[in-house]
Amino acid sequence: MHRAVGSDDGTGVVTAPAKPVIEIEKLNLVFQTPDAPVHALSDVDLTVNAGDFVSFIGPSGCGKTTLMRVIADLETPTGGHISVNGMTPREAREQRAYGYVFQAPALYPWRTVRKNVMLPLEIMGLDKAEQERRARDNLALVNLEGFEKKFPWQLSGGMQQRVSIARALSVEPDLLLMDEPFGALDEITRDHLNEQLLRLWDQTGKTVIFVTHSIPESVFLSSKIVVMSPRPGKIMDVIDCDLPRDRKLDIRETPEFLAIAHRVREGLRAGHSYDD
Amino acid sequence: MIGFLKRDWTLSGFLVLALVSFTLPVGSGEGGRLFWTGEMGALILGLIGVSIALFHQWRGTDGPAGALLVSLGVILGAAGLLLLIDPAYEQGTAGPGLWLYLLALGLYAWRAMDLLSRNATGKRALSLLVPALFGMWLIYVWQVVTTGFQVPSVLLPSPVQIAVAFAGHLDILAADFYQTFVKSVLSGFVMGCGAGFLVAILVDRIPFMQRGLLPLGSLVSAIPIVGIAPIMVMWFGFDWQSKAAVIVVMTFFPMLVNTLAGLEATSHLEKDLMRSYAASYFQTLLFVRLPNALPFIFNALKINSTLALIGAIVAEFFGTPIVGMGFRISTEVGRMNVDIVWATIAVAALAGSLFYGGIALIERSLTFWHPSYRGKT
Amino acid sequence: MRGIPMMTEAVLPASSGGGWSRLYQGKTIPVLTVLLFLCAIWYAGAVYLNSSVLISGYERNNVEWDAGRLVSDAWAMERPILPAPHQIAEEINKTVFQKKITSKRSLVYHAWVTTSATLLGFAFGALLGIMLAVGIVHVQTLDRSLMPWVIASQTIPILAIAPMIIVVLGNMGLTGTIPKSIISMYLCFFPITIGMVKGLRSPDVLQLDLMRTYSASTAQVFWKLRVPASVPFLFASLKVAIAISLVGAIVGELPTGAVAGIGARLLAGSYYGQTIQIWSALIVASVLGMLLVFLVSVIERLVMKKMGYGT
Repeated sequence: MHRAVGSDDGTGVVTAPAKPVIEIEKLNLVFQTPDAPVHALSDVDLTVNAGDFVSFIGPSGCGKTTLMRVIADLETPTGGHISVNGMTPREAREQRAYGYVFQAPALYPWRTVRKNVMLPLEIMGLDKAEQERRARDNLALVNLEGFEKKFPWQLSGGMQQRVSIARALSVEPDLLLMDEPFGALDEITRDHLNEQLLRLWDQTGKTVIFVTHSIPESVFLSSKIVVMSPRPGKIMDVIDCDLPRDRKLDIRETPEFLAIAHRVREGLRAGHSYDD
Repeated sequence: MIGFLKRDWTLSGFLVLALVSFTLPVGSGEGGRLFWTGEMGALILGLIGVSIALFHQWRGTDGPAGALLVSLGVILGAAGLLLLIDPAYEQGTAGPGLWLYLLALGLYAWRAMDLLSRNATGKRALSLLVPALFGMWLIYVWQVVTTGFQVPSVLLPSPVQIAVAFAGHLDILAADFYQTFVKSVLSGFVMGCGAGFLVAILVDRIPFMQRGLLPLGSLVSAIPIVGIAPIMVMWFGFDWQSKAAVIVVMTFFPMLVNTLAGLEATSHLEKDLMRSYAASYFQTLLFVRLPNALPFIFNALKINSTLALIGAIVAEFFGTPIVGMGFRISTEVGRMNVDIVWATIAVAALAGSLFYGGIALIERSLTFWHPSYRGKT
Repeated sequence: MRGIPMMTEAVLPASSGGGWSRLYQGKTIPVLTVLLFLCAIWYAGAVYLNSSVLISGYERNNVEWDAGRLVSDAWAMERPILPAPHQIAEEINKTVFQKKITSKRSLVYHAWVTTSATLLGFAFGALLGIMLAVGIVHVQTLDRSLMPWVIASQTIPILAIAPMIIVVLGNMGLTGTIPKSIISMYLCFFPITIGMVKGLRSPDVLQLDLMRTYSASTAQVFWKLRVPASVPFLFASLKVAIAISLVGAIVGELPTGAVAGIGARLLAGSYYGQTIQIWSALIVASVLGMLLVFLVSVIERLVMKKMGYGT
């Protein structure tokens, strides 16, 4: 997949044709609990274009994971409109339009790495040869050649999470939903995986939605940052992050990076995210 | 019409089968055939049950109110059949109408439980009602089938016969309960659990013994220990002492193994903290290790409560003075008084679940902090 | 997911000793010591318990006796109150290895009678328990109505129904293996149901969500997720179940005065005061119980290894 990306000098003018993948209007989600109804999402409007890398950032309880789960049809909204690839989330899910990476690897201990990656393909009923091909290709994509025969518990935490990314990619979706995928890892492993993820995004041109509560992570990875605040969960700010696409870790010390990080922090503060 | 039927197939099935069964004879024999119309009260109750089903299918809600209404319909419909059974039985044998109606009622009851369980989440009263209705349904079918098929009471007495036997032999049942439960079970349980606990505390100080006992302890769980009953009867005589001895041996090992495992459950962090306070062995035991072991100890107590009753009853099969639940079961079965046997079993079941429930209550009040109880109210 | 092995090694005290200390630190030596200790207590107990009968016998017959004679007699009585371990070993040797296994006096024959009922009941109990668990996990109404009763049944002494089942089925013309295995069956299907329900429910929300993102059908979730996840739980409950299945079969032999089976040997021994016979039947039953549990755990290990569950 080839994409024309304006090599960008900080002016923020990107000239790629923007086709919306996800369109959300006035989305509401109220959970009924025994005590009182909880407004998990309140009047959320958002558009995600093809090829975007969008981060949802905010404190716990701001609805960032819930919003992602609505996109994945794991939750049903109580009001508003949402479309994924021009379909309802349910239709999108049934057509396997997205790959989902959870906070934990959620690998099956009784399956080898290769069989874990093949799991969704078995469910989709692909033929054996195709399953094998995709497992091989996607494990190679996350640099895990040679580990096919291992069991998940024989791998480190970072490697397990890479397997789960390969598993999400094996569906060959245009949309990748990642829910704090590196949250449980140590910072050094996390930096490394962040770099790998960026490279992957650049190579494949997929649309990525990424939930995090780390400001540096969101700025480092994203082309667009969605700042959310809790009680009720709503969007405070949408920040375009126009750093060059081939970012290295040391970009995090540049003034441009720090300026965006500052703006994210301001957005969080405005949403009272730092209050008790 | 199809829409009406399609709303819920089980309820539609009930309606169709019940209406058909109204036209069939419920009893037949020398006195001719008996129809529902022969017993006006039964017919009225049955028709009320059917009307409730009709109404619910037509415009009832699936909420708690609808669920309760359908349950009421089931109970009224079931009561109608009960009124019909005795006259049907007098005719000679129960007829096809009765069985068809029972089948229909099964569908009706299923729909009631289905509706109740859908509304039961988070509501304590409703979630208790579902198993209660299920239990009542089982007893009801037992009653109807045993009377309808005229099952000889030597094989399977009806619930009513058992209840009559229960009420008629209260003195015997009470004496049996006192002999078996109060004398044998309680004393054996206390001695066995106490011994297991004390030995565990002692062994815990000697890691060598612990490593030697733990593997054996798990092997013991594979052994049918009840088999020592005849030996204990020889050693300690027919009275409760021999039963208590069997229980002591049966309950000792579960308590030992669980307490040892529980004492190991304290994390290194917690132990290191006590070390940093320069706490003595007994202080560490009392403040940290025993509280951490409590869930394990209660687990053993709960396992042992059932084991103790089994031990006492089975040991009584090998010889008793002429009182006790095990004695009652084995002799009355021989005399074909199966209704008294069932009454005794009911007492045993009640005693067992109350005993277990009591321990579980104490556990809850002592280990409320444990993750398995937190968050439950 | 797993602890880091290096950590646990670091916690162990640095042992400078050689093979001996390794044996001491391991399990074999402690277990053997405990067994030896129990054996010594047993011999001492045999002397203590049997002495009063012997002494009164000596006095009645005016026999000169001393401690040495008392001890050797106490370990060689024909109907001792507590037989010495070697007497039991002799009896087992006689009835297990020196009798033809088809003989009514062979303990192997009796053990087989009990084992066949145990295994038959266990097989049916497992089947019933698993089917019930599948129903409970998939049908909410069953979960709400039946499951509380299955749990409650754990607290009542169901074994008390055994004599009635035997006698009632006997009246209907059913005798032999079937009634015993019915007792075994209903004893072991409850724990299997509970274990299997736990196992089929063990996949967490994350794994169920994962299957949902694949739009997997209920059958696919069942076969690809729930069933493999339930295997460890299934085997844990099978081990409990086979042990109580044996208890059920033995108790099932008591009420009608069955002529064959380990329970029958216990009963006959207690009628005629043949303590050595009782003890040897008991030991054989224990070995049988351990063998059956061991058999299940061997199958467990094979299955788990094949599935890749690691150690």
